[in-house]
Amino acid sequence: MRDSVVKTLVELAKEDKNIELITGDLGFGVLKPFWENVPNQFTNAGIAEQNMTTVAAGMALEGKNVFTYSIGNFPTLRCLEQIRNDCAYHKANVTVICVGGGFVYGALGMSHQATEDIAVLRALPDVVVMAPGDAVEAVECTKALAKYQGTAYLRLGRGGEKKIHDKIDDFKIGKAIKIRDGKKIAIFSTGAIFDEVETAYEMLLEKGYEPAVYTFPTIKPIDRESIQECSREFELIVTCEEHNIIGGFGSAVAEVMAEMKEKKAHLLRVGIDDVYGEKVGSQKYLREQYGISGESIVEKIEKEI
Amino acid sequence: MTGEQLAWKIRRHGVEMTHVSNGSHIGAILSVADIMGVLYAEVLNFDSNNPRWDERDRFILSKGHAGASVYAALAENGFFNVEELMSHYQNGSRLSGHVSHNLPGVDFSTGSLGHGLSAAVGMAYAAKKDGKKHKVYVVLGDGECDEGSVWEAALFANHFRLNNIVAIVDHNHMQSMDFQENTIEIEDFGMKWKAFGWNVLEINGNDCNELREAFKKAEEFSQNDNHKPTVIIANTIKGNGVSFMENDILWHYRFPHEGWEYDMAVNELHKNKPEGVEDIYTPNGIENPQMPTEDDDIGNDHTFTYTWETSYPEKMRRVEAKAGTGKREHKL
Repeated sequence: MRDSVVKTLVELAKEDKNIELITGDLGFGVLKPFWENVPNQFTNAGIAEQNMTTVAAGMALEGKNVFTYSIGNFPTLRCLEQIRNDCAYHKANVTVICVGGGFVYGALGMSHQATEDIAVLRALPDVVVMAPGDAVEAVECTKALAKYQGTAYLRLGRGGEKKIHDKIDDFKIGKAIKIRDGKKIAIFSTGAIFDEVETAYEMLLEKGYEPAVYTFPTIKPIDRESIQECSREFELIVTCEEHNIIGGFGSAVAEVMAEMKEKKAHLLRVGIDDVYGEKVGSQKYLREQYGISGESIVEKIEKEI
Repeated sequence: MTGEQLAWKIRRHGVEMTHVSNGSHIGAILSVADIMGVLYAEVLNFDSNNPRWDERDRFILSKGHAGASVYAALAENGFFNVEELMSHYQNGSRLSGHVSHNLPGVDFSTGSLGHGLSAAVGMAYAAKKDGKKHKVYVVLGDGECDEGSVWEAALFANHFRLNNIVAIVDHNHMQSMDFQENTIEIEDFGMKWKAFGWNVLEINGNDCNELREAFKKAEEFSQNDNHKPTVIIANTIKGNGVSFMENDILWHYRFPHEGWEYDMAVNELHKNKPEGVEDIYTPNGIENPQMPTEDDDIGNDHTFTYTWETSYPEKMRRVEAKAGTGKREHKL
């Protein structure tokens, strides 16, 4: 996923000299294609995310289209006020890229787990929040955000996510994508957790259910229309995210559903149950431990039905 | 308009604006007034009819709480009507206490300290990349330099050899509750900037001639030494120009109240008005001004270390000054 993003950025940067990439001294190997291909549009700002983010804002106000890059919480929570005051308030053309949304860096410990970022960034006016589910979505998000005028957050997994799409026609910021038709149950997925959703889907099929599946590459602005349609059509909506249960994707969907006068569906939110990831282990292991693995999703759905 | 004239106007507007709006930070507005006066009267390139003119010098007031000073400078330079200054802090106004870019002539909103230098650095870096010749000026507070992000930006500016940036620190030696040296010691301040790779000029920042000289030198540096950004450490006095406010931390937040506070501030400014400047609020000063009585809180020390009976082995009080005078003794 991250390699596809970098590759896309290289292509875009070759065409547009105003595209700039700034890293907070991370991306060894990953960003190599960028600095090799477009060295004049690459900056290492050192381990100083607050400065990096406001430098990006200053550059953007002078006409640059800036992408900042780091991992985990470093490009977001570490410099939240810089994103709020300096990027978003000025409608500066800055896209914050985070590699490692959720438990990607599981074994590295709690400091490296980005599990509240969606909630926090979503609360900022004038910030688009995107979390692609596979490499194809990631490429589309990157292209769309390069065109978008304003501040955005792009939350990536790491790489090796299962492919969802061969290609996406008519990709739009703020639009959910239907992956599978189904009955009674609709599962909404955002970001790299789609791997687990796919596992859950297979298991549910075996158990005789036939859930519909949607991916939401955009969390803000949320696709109200798709949520409303599904809430009228299905009996159960399930949101899945590799993120705290509070304030994230599930909350965004809940906000829409709660304000509907007439709907059929009720909502089940699957996410991390408002705890920090204290346990040590791989992404897969931590998903199991914190109740967001494919099996946990199935378990929770069966309990709900 | 000379730097002295504009600095005086900034002081007079500042007193009026904070008086009318019950607004804070008159001490900082007065300490930075000469810096802003020289910048906006004699140094910055701009076109008030075309605030977004691409070749203008960029300016950021990173110590956004002194917003009234930049509003006054912009109004006096024709970016908007001087009358609008009276809307400071008011409902529906464009003049928030801290600087907002929703006003013609303001390049960057500030208010949270430690952001402005990074933004200036970003602007200067972009200008270099595009081969543009304008400069980026940024005014910081000295207390603001407690913020780590300032030093992140200082490192970046040196590393990328941004000789098109001039930072001015309004070094009034006071922050929110006390003298800076009594809060978090920052001296040797000039050496710190030097150690971060900057050209350093240390001057009296309440002296327009020294400011002029410093800006001239900064310009020479940017022409001849294509390696370093420049910082002007402008030693100033908080409250400068209104004696009873000088070196008295009370005036970081307090506004000049109706009565002796306003009357004395206005009349002292009036007495020192440069030739060729009009006082639009009180053309003849205030006749029969109210004067403070023995019961009034004037000339007292309001710093938090004043009565601090610390049990620390080391005495932390490192500055002594008589509030209401420009005199100050550093015990470093």
